[in-house]
Amino acid sequence: MSGRHVAICVALAALALVPAVATVAEAPFYIGLFARIIVFAIAAVSLDLILGYGGLVSFGHAAYLGIGAYAVGILSYHGITDGVVHFAAAFFAAAIAALVIGFVSLRTSGVYFIMITLAFGQMVYFVGIGLNEYGGDDGLNIARHSDFGAALNLDRPVVFYYFAYGLLLLFLFLGNRIVQSRFGMLLQGVKSNERRMIALGFPTFRYKLTAFVMAGAVCGIAGALFANLTLFVSPSIMHWTRSGEIMMMVILGGLGSLVGPVFGAAAYLILESVLSRLTEHWQAVLGPILILVVLFSKTGLYGIFALPRRRSG
Amino acid sequence: MAEALLETAGLTKRFGGLVATGNVSLSIAPGEIHAVIGPNGAGKTTLIGQLSGELKPDSGAIRFAGADISRLGPARRAALGIARSFQITSIFREFTALDNVALAIQARAGHSFRFWRAARRDARLRDPAFAALGVVGLAGRAELVAGSLSHGERRALELAMALATAPRLLLLDEPTAGMGPEESASMVHLLAGLKGRFSIVLVEHDMDAVFALADRITVMVYGRVIASGTPAVIRADPEVRRAYLGEEGG
Repeated sequence: MSGRHVAICVALAALALVPAVATVAEAPFYIGLFARIIVFAIAAVSLDLILGYGGLVSFGHAAYLGIGAYAVGILSYHGITDGVVHFAAAFFAAAIAALVIGFVSLRTSGVYFIMITLAFGQMVYFVGIGLNEYGGDDGLNIARHSDFGAALNLDRPVVFYYFAYGLLLLFLFLGNRIVQSRFGMLLQGVKSNERRMIALGFPTFRYKLTAFVMAGAVCGIAGALFANLTLFVSPSIMHWTRSGEIMMMVILGGLGSLVGPVFGAAAYLILESVLSRLTEHWQAVLGPILILVVLFSKTGLYGIFALPRRRSG
Repeated sequence: MAEALLETAGLTKRFGGLVATGNVSLSIAPGEIHAVIGPNGAGKTTLIGQLSGELKPDSGAIRFAGADISRLGPARRAALGIARSFQITSIFREFTALDNVALAIQARAGHSFRFWRAARRDARLRDPAFAALGVVGLAGRAELVAGSLSHGERRALELAMALATAPRLLLLDEPTAGMGPEESASMVHLLAGLKGRFSIVLVEHDMDAVFALADRITVMVYGRVIASGTPAVIRADPEVRRAYLGEEGG
């Protein structure tokens, strides 16, 4: 096993120890913080699949987070509490939204793609505001956690934590298989030189759309987790600044590494948590940190900590 | 003459008021190397673009292997067996040379909705890719990042990728562009080795290369075909000499 793998395994194993350490230290607050980190890590990993590997700068990824969260919120509102139904609804609702948005957006590229995904993201946001039945602008309280039976009682923070952690590991594992598969090679080829891919005979659109839908669906799961974490869902979860945050986590952690965005989500949310206690202008501190990381490492935190030193050039 | 593999009829493409190709009718026989020459701006690359499907002709038709392909996009045409190299080398710079060719093999190996097996350990992609690199003399460079290869090696890599798609027709847009005399000679040697195995449309400025390789030559000037025939006929054609060969020094 290379040094890189050791670093990744240590980091992921450390995440598993958080509830134990927090309990011993009598600081349950940290279970919540790290659960939040894991939820956003899943969202960031899903974005990295299309952004880091496919080169698709989707600026509306928070829409799928919101759709997943609203799927749980709306079902709960109507008295449906079954966890499998909640998560399946979040998954497929986000997938269908990504299919529609991707079908239109992927006909463009470059700046136009960024703008059109941003526009779709904001459209979904305003649909959320328009859902008067479900609280509109004020959002919707969720009475209970998704019900997976007594063995997996998400009411208990530790259970929820490991549930989210297990999903993160699952998506990292699947993502890792995918990016190394033929499909993943194709995706990276599209990022590198799409014109060449087409000239080789790849009908790239259908593959890009598939990746886009996979990323959206997984982010929908992150949304369902988010709803369970906060027991509340409002349109603000889908605001375009949230899409920006997820993208920052990916870039901060390291584009095109899948596991990097986990570091990115952790760094972003820990900094937010620490800095926002010091000053309400915490973003003014976070901004320069992001700039420094991007300036000094093209592969983000992942590149700084987990990759062997390479000669620059 | 055997039935043509590729045939164009009245291919016309305008960019605004400029006629890039005007009423171009070509016929490429199986196994033939057909050179297209002409001064800069004659419409040669525009012609290649229309044959590969990247450009849509304003009028005219293209038939390939007996079927009308005028309306097909570039990916479909490539899948039918029309491979191209670009005037400006177009490769995957971040990938190794072997990865580059393996992607070309993958393009011909059915759909890529395969999410599980690691592509870099798939012998069905790697072995033929390695063989294709050997054909163009890059076997020793297989594991190098494509962007770090020399210009000539990159041109050869692009040719290997085109070959790896198992094409019936190769569209080569100035394969010796930007090469020194030595690199150029080795590319000509490489292409001579392909002769008879593929049909090739060869756009080229290097007249030595053209006359060494081509079975037939079409001369274009300002978007129009002014002559077409064997190298001997073209060499003797007074209009060609006046319009092109004389100026360029043959």
